[in-house]
Amino acid sequence: MNTLKQTLPKAVLFLLAAILLCGVLYTAVVTGLAQLIFPENANGRFFIVDGKTYGCELLAQQYTDDAHLWGRIMELDVTTHVDEEGNALLYAHPSNLSPASEEYEALVAERVERLRAADPEKAGEPIPVDLVTCSASGLDPHISPAAAEYQVSRIARARGMAEEEIRSVIEACTDQPFLGIFGEATVNVLEVNLTLDGILTD
Amino acid sequence: MNTVLQYSLILVVLVALAIPLGRYIKKVMFGERTLLSKVLTPCEKALYRVLHIDENEQMSWKKYAVSVLVFSAVGLVFLFLLQLLEGNTSWDLSFNTAVSYITNTNWQAAGGSSSLGFLTQVLGLTVQNFVSAAVGIAVLFALIRGFLLVKSEGLGSFWVDATRIILHVLLPVNLVIALVLVGGGVMQNFKQSETVTLLEPVAVSAEGEILEDAVIDPDTGIVSIDGEAVSGAQVITEQYVPMGPAASQIAIKQTGSNGGGFTDVNSAHPLENPNGFTNFVELISILLIPAALCFTFGSAVKNKKQGVAIFMAMFLCLVVAMGCIAVSEQSGTPQLSQDGAVLLEAEGQSGGNMEGKESRFGIAGSSAWAAFTTAASNGSVNAMHDSLTPLGGMVTLLLMQLGEVIFGGVGCGLYGMLAFAILTVFIAGLMVGRTPEFLGKKIEPYEMKWAAVACLAGPVAILAGSGIAALVPGVVQSLTNSGAHGFSELLYAFTSCGANNGSAFAGFGANTVFLNLLLGAVMLLARFVPMIATLAIAGNLAGKKRLAATAGTLSTTNALFVFLLILIVLLIGALSFFPALALGPLAEFFGAVL
Repeated sequence: MNTLKQTLPKAVLFLLAAILLCGVLYTAVVTGLAQLIFPENANGRFFIVDGKTYGCELLAQQYTDDAHLWGRIMELDVTTHVDEEGNALLYAHPSNLSPASEEYEALVAERVERLRAADPEKAGEPIPVDLVTCSASGLDPHISPAAAEYQVSRIARARGMAEEEIRSVIEACTDQPFLGIFGEATVNVLEVNLTLDGILTD
Repeated sequence: MNTVLQYSLILVVLVALAIPLGRYIKKVMFGERTLLSKVLTPCEKALYRVLHIDENEQMSWKKYAVSVLVFSAVGLVFLFLLQLLEGNTSWDLSFNTAVSYITNTNWQAAGGSSSLGFLTQVLGLTVQNFVSAAVGIAVLFALIRGFLLVKSEGLGSFWVDATRIILHVLLPVNLVIALVLVGGGVMQNFKQSETVTLLEPVAVSAEGEILEDAVIDPDTGIVSIDGEAVSGAQVITEQYVPMGPAASQIAIKQTGSNGGGFTDVNSAHPLENPNGFTNFVELISILLIPAALCFTFGSAVKNKKQGVAIFMAMFLCLVVAMGCIAVSEQSGTPQLSQDGAVLLEAEGQSGGNMEGKESRFGIAGSSAWAAFTTAASNGSVNAMHDSLTPLGGMVTLLLMQLGEVIFGGVGCGLYGMLAFAILTVFIAGLMVGRTPEFLGKKIEPYEMKWAAVACLAGPVAILAGSGIAALVPGVVQSLTNSGAHGFSELLYAFTSCGANNGSAFAGFGANTVFLNLLLGAVMLLARFVPMIATLAIAGNLAGKKRLAATAGTLSTTNALFVFLLILIVLLIGALSFFPALALGPLAEFFGAVL
């Protein structure tokens, strides 16, 4: 009982000190330094042209237009977030489905069907896996170079452009792995589409 | 080839950083001079004065345990009340979250920490991420002193240990990692959220369903399908972008083996983990301190080989587990390959089972993370474990079920492994007919009883918990998948809580009153029972004399011991959990291939 009486005030005091040190001070110092040294990263990266924001570099959007590059499969969510006026905002979630179930097999078959229908000329060619799977965040802004290449002919046809032009846009929007080793090469889908639409020029 | 190089380099960098950090932590804990002591030691002394901490106090194991428990209880009450005060959550969820963070589990029944209030995040969760990690390391040091001290009563002061860990280790390490992450592209601000315009607006029916084939007239905003206008349809033109102090919380969630994500999808979220570089940093951070502590241990007990032996046992298990996950995920499943219609080979892509994985991490970045996070009782994820292949998912389950001793949580992983080491020398001693000793201390029935308690608390909590939950009818509604995979979801939830891991088969809807309370109880038992057992062992060992090593002493630093230790860990884990695994992932695997 005596130990308890001694310990309790010490524990409360120690927690208070930890709140000041690890909660307030640590968060404030990191934020301050981050804003000072890397302001662009710290505030989230957006595509801004002439003062207008065209989307977040790191969040996927859904594309169904044949003339746009398509991204990962998205499980859209239009109920969780609303803006100040109460309009629904788009967000997305992972599927959390097991890739070994029959339901899943049927779902992927549907997606394959959809992609084949969008580009009948590619009937025999296997579809890169990124295009028929939902990502971990549900908001993956990238696809693999193979998944982008698969769509080149469709986009070129829809836009009446040469495939080479589409390819060079994709290449310009491709990031390589860190040091060429860690991570995968990725194509930023929104960046490609904004460039194709003539919004991003550089 | 490139993938193998990637896996190997991750491990090499991990070890290369862990060795010097281990040495640094040892110096800090023994009050020796370090690079940072000029700045930090005066702060440390000032804190002792303000908090009335006696730097030279020697606590008995009971007093040390009371301090740990009272401090954790104060944290629990504070965090519980803070959430109720901010009013974003129900009482049962607040209780569950509070337990989850003080036990270093960071199980998130509802969503990311950003879904809780700002005060709860900064004053509650971030703080507990630091102090729960410090508590684990402090208890480890009490045990180390138990091995070191001879005929002594005291194990040092909990308050001094915790202060040193926070001030000299956790704060500087996380400050650096947080800034490196921001440099790599992770956000760190005090904004609530942003909205951005969509390139292609999305049409939604009056009932809230997405209209996939709808055409939206750009001028009038009228939605039509096959030329017919859809009444009541709504056009969504903006996207939600979460904002906030992410990097600072990500750093400590990774290094403190906490794992609670800033967003609901944890480090899979592109704003939490935007590229290969940040993924590499966050991945290494998971195992950095747990691996370093092995080397700290060796140098603290003046037997570096012992530290290396323990490290090797953990490392070998990690490498095998990582290899299994990698191969299974790279192969994908027949359901995904669609008889070759879907390209799973690594040609211009990562390939493999990309369901629930991000393209920037691919199979290698996701598999290594899945192994690290479940080995280390961290629980953060960068891929959805619910969508792992059956065998890949089983390995993550098994890593947790082995008692979180393959590196495990900061501090607690190592003292858990030392309890297994005590079991091992005891069993080996019985086989050769000698009194077992470990590091010069005789291992007797008292230590054995408590070591058994420490090793079995987790399995008992997990199996009893999931058994009870499986009997309650309403729990079935929490499952996303049906059949064997549904059972895996349930088992994973209890395993994750009972191992203080906190990762999830996220399809499991755990936010019900019953599950919040039951999982909360599992987390408390799994955290504090082994902790008390460890302190009891430490207290008893400290009172013993040291035996000189003789020719007959069983070596605890050679390859044979490493092998025996791994065997005992596997034996207890496998025997406890094989029946449950057979009902879940194994049944699913054989169901899929047969």
